Amino acid sequence: MSEIVDILISASFWAAVIRIASPLILATMGELICERAGVLNLGIEGIMVIGAFTGWMAVWQGLPLWGGVAVAMGAGMLFGLLQSTLTVPFGLSQHVVGLGVTLLASSTASFAYRLMLPEVTSPPKIEPFRPLDIPLLSALPWAGEALSQTALTWAAFAVAGAVAWTLYRTPLGLALRAVGENPAAVEAQGLSVTGLRMGAVIVGSGLMAVGGAFLTLSAFSSFFFGMVNGRGWICVALVVFGGWKPGKALLGAILFAAFDALQIRLQQTELGAVLPYQLFLALPFILSILALILMSRRAEVPAALMVPYNKGER
Amino acid sequence: MRLEPVANPSTARRLGLPALAIAATMVVAMGLALLAGASPLATLGQIAVGALGSKLAILETLNRATPLIFTGLAVAVAFRAKLWNIGAEAQLYAGAIVTVLLGTGALGGPLVLPVSALVAMLAGAALLLGPVLLKTRLGVDEVVTTLLLNFIMLLFVSYLLEGPMKDPMGMGWPKSQALIPEARLPRIVDGLRLHWGFALAILAAIGVWVIQTRTALGFEIRAVGQSPEAARFAGMPVNAVLVKTALLSGGLAALAGWSEVAGLKGLLSQDLSPGFGYTGIIVAMLALLHPLGVVVTAVFVAGIFVGSDAMSRAAGVPTYIADMLTAVALLCMVLAILLTKVRVVRG
Repeated sequence: MSEIVDILISASFWAAVIRIASPLILATMGELICERAGVLNLGIEGIMVIGAFTGWMAVWQGLPLWGGVAVAMGAGMLFGLLQSTLTVPFGLSQHVVGLGVTLLASSTASFAYRLMLPEVTSPPKIEPFRPLDIPLLSALPWAGEALSQTALTWAAFAVAGAVAWTLYRTPLGLALRAVGENPAAVEAQGLSVTGLRMGAVIVGSGLMAVGGAFLTLSAFSSFFFGMVNGRGWICVALVVFGGWKPGKALLGAILFAAFDALQIRLQQTELGAVLPYQLFLALPFILSILALILMSRRAEVPAALMVPYNKGER
Repeated sequence: MRLEPVANPSTARRLGLPALAIAATMVVAMGLALLAGASPLATLGQIAVGALGSKLAILETLNRATPLIFTGLAVAVAFRAKLWNIGAEAQLYAGAIVTVLLGTGALGGPLVLPVSALVAMLAGAALLLGPVLLKTRLGVDEVVTTLLLNFIMLLFVSYLLEGPMKDPMGMGWPKSQALIPEARLPRIVDGLRLHWGFALAILAAIGVWVIQTRTALGFEIRAVGQSPEAARFAGMPVNAVLVKTALLSGGLAALAGWSEVAGLKGLLSQDLSPGFGYTGIIVAMLALLHPLGVVVTAVFVAGIFVGSDAMSRAAGVPTYIADMLTAVALLCMVLAILLTKVRVVRG
């Protein structure tokens, strides 16, 4: 037990928590925007893969790191355009299209990888984002180490703030929330339901892709097949866990990352010697299911989530 | 733009648009070949020849189609009731585990195969029961729970293969012991590499078709899928129908694992399924959720994969082209099917 306490009070543990949370925060915010506008985006898993791949490939081809982030975002937005064209104006099943987009995006990444690096057995490494040195803050004893994070992590938290601010403090946010609750009323105000929903999905997909790019540009320095490994689905669960609210979703991502960081460290204790390591690896997925069960009764689902809107009907 | 229903879609519309979707997929294939520096037409030809060009190729395609028929049926049954079972991958492995547990000496004699098939189905059904009960009782979205269970199941298989089910004679590889001969599905024709799993998969498709068209359950599944509220209003036990659908769906997916282990591989390894559960979704959607159509689309999709493998060895276009093409075919087809029923008007 004291071992766990030692882990929980160490600065390096919290540094890992914030690091692990960063891609989840970015992708969760992306999914949250989509769902608040009424579109479930199951393309998230594949869009994270394409973001991880394109960001890394762009940097390896010589672009600066932020250029890689921009390329990843652009690639994600492109798949968001595909997802939203099929689900919004055409109103096709968001489940089927989302899974199709995930399969297409991840296989596109695999195909492009093999095309560009035909004979490579281990992928080339890039020089990833380095932790920022912030005057005063970095000098603090405990917090200095815990907050020794890359610019992309700070950006993730800034994005969460910006999403919350936009949703609750701007006319655009009001329109987005309304389009997820009562699209007919938004149309009556003279706003375009199609435009708002497509915009939300495209921007949201861009954020998911940046979440994927965090893995290659900040967390690791290469692209591996299967590196996203279900993180996208976990983010879908985090949106539900957060009750479709950015602040709670952010806390959910951090809580989730804390469990993930804890399981990695517990593997190295006596517990890890007794229990199979697969149980530790399964913990994030088990926790996600438990979180869904826990929140099932309380969550306030956007009323028009997964309900396509066709002008002139009803 | 706005969508308007087409009252009586013409035959040209109903057949032409799906044909257009397939044509669009072929155009994408040729574009990808160009990107890889290969000749577009030759690449298409090599995929076709690789899939169907010889007796060996055809048998390989049918073998590959077998698990896809089972997972495609599993998805088709569930989606018909708007039960989004994305967990066929996990249910497949549940069936495979049971098949190995019963087929490596625990049982003997002629009963091994039918018993292991039955218990495998129960295991797959049980695995889907959790998510469906969470859906009916607590309103937890089954898409996410079934997806997450896939990852948990893969880790469980990894644990089994490195721990309790590891073959002590396996030279350290994470694989199970081999099945005893009585537990193996025989080949349909001696000397030809096609096992009875394929024939059973077709029988399963016919069985599902009979259930869907000739039984009360089939009627209820369709009613619940069309409108749960209306079905409830008509006095149908909607939740009970969903549970029955889930049991059928999970059982069918488990048979994919059973037939792969008993018919083809003879043991359990971590690469037993290269995503048959996910590909089953494509198979089912391309078949418009029709059980007999699933047989056709499973062979079609299997052909793309087998043909692409052969083409990749010859022409050097990465084999992932198969995954891209099936995804493109799926997206084009759902759009094409929609456009047979509605037309786009301005305003």
